[in-house]
Amino acid sequence: MTDQVIKLNTESFEELYQKEGKLVVRLWAEWCGPCKMMSPIYNQVADNIADEKLIMGEVDIDAFPAIATKLGVRGIPTVVIFENGKEVNRSVGLMPAPELQKLILKE
Amino acid sequence: MSIHRKLIILGSGPAGYTAAIYAARANLQPLLITGLEVGGQLTTTTDVENWPGYPTGVQGPQLMTQFKEHAENVDTEIEYDYITQVDLQQKPFVLKGQKTYTADALIISTGASAQYLGLQSETEFKGKGVSACATCDGYFYKNQHVAVVGGGNTAVEEALFLSNIASHVTLIHRRDQLTAEKVLQQRLFDKVEQGKVTIKWNHQVDQVVGDESGVTSLILQPNGEQDKEALSVSGVFIAIGHLPNTSIFKDQLEMNHGYIKLNSAANNGATLTSVDGVFSAGDVSDSRYRQAITSAGSGCMAALDAEQYLATLDAEPRARV
Repeated sequence: MTDQVIKLNTESFEELYQKEGKLVVRLWAEWCGPCKMMSPIYNQVADNIADEKLIMGEVDIDAFPAIATKLGVRGIPTVVIFENGKEVNRSVGLMPAPELQKLILKE
Repeated sequence: MSIHRKLIILGSGPAGYTAAIYAARANLQPLLITGLEVGGQLTTTTDVENWPGYPTGVQGPQLMTQFKEHAENVDTEIEYDYITQVDLQQKPFVLKGQKTYTADALIISTGASAQYLGLQSETEFKGKGVSACATCDGYFYKNQHVAVVGGGNTAVEEALFLSNIASHVTLIHRRDQLTAEKVLQQRLFDKVEQGKVTIKWNHQVDQVVGDESGVTSLILQPNGEQDKEALSVSGVFIAIGHLPNTSIFKDQLEMNHGYIKLNSAANNGATLTSVDGVFSAGDVSDSRYRQAITSAGSGCMAALDAEQYLATLDAEPRARV
């Protein structure tokens, strides 16, 4: 288990995504099979690269549907990457850890 | 450092886990490498109604959890890795993922993944209205009009699932009849009578149209007619079939239309591929049946074939190349 992945709610998401640096958000739900498969992959990448300038979090869309609506997400798992309050990339669906890590680290 | 095992099994669907159960009980101490889609295709389904022994059906994800537990209970070693490169020309076989593995015998049960239409506009809106998984993404289409493309079991199951969430479902099929099981077809026709589902026979998707918010409509091409028509939907679920996951074995194993070709010579075992010591089971080498039960059955056969192969290997003098 990692303690690198922050469980986001509406307030903490709003606060973190406007901050300087990178914020990576994974949107998931309990009933989504591929989301469950992605969990260990995401946690592993967070263990490798997350720090105070690269925050990795996740949103349970059942608990906080407003975040999914705000981001225009219509499929999960989705990973959205923000930099200094702006979306710079997003990826829908499962991907292996090395590719996810590359996607996040790429400017 | 690479990890060596007598037998490695690739894939975590019904074929892979069944092969693992049989191999573990034959004391082959198998290592099963799950691949990316842990649990396989059944993890994105709901009710599985044709798995014998469950008279009232079983949930696909639950069934796969039980497969995994069963494999673990007989001491299968499970590795959550994803193989991207293999060398089957040398022995032991070499497999590379995040770690490197070697094996004396290999069972390939990497399954198949959802196939898309191949339209550029479809790729553009993937995750923004284009989906291949109704159980994952149906949630986003509460009380909205969605389309499902296809005519087989998956298409009809997805249409039925979505008909309980969406305001209306249009099933788009390029033929004039469905290939899904009759019992599913009947359920779908009941939904048509209730006004929840419309079937567009003899139509194909020509283009996916949308804006920043995602998909807004589809352009449909009726078979044999000039004029195209537009269908206003906020989501489209593609269920036109599956493609075998064989790209990493290309040029190393003989294939048959993208599926791994099996050498059906009875004395060599029905699951042997074109390379001695490499066996294959499940959807990756089955273009015809593609059921959970046939996959599990062939997984069992592959384990028995691998066991026999490894026994011959052990009996041979050590001088092997």
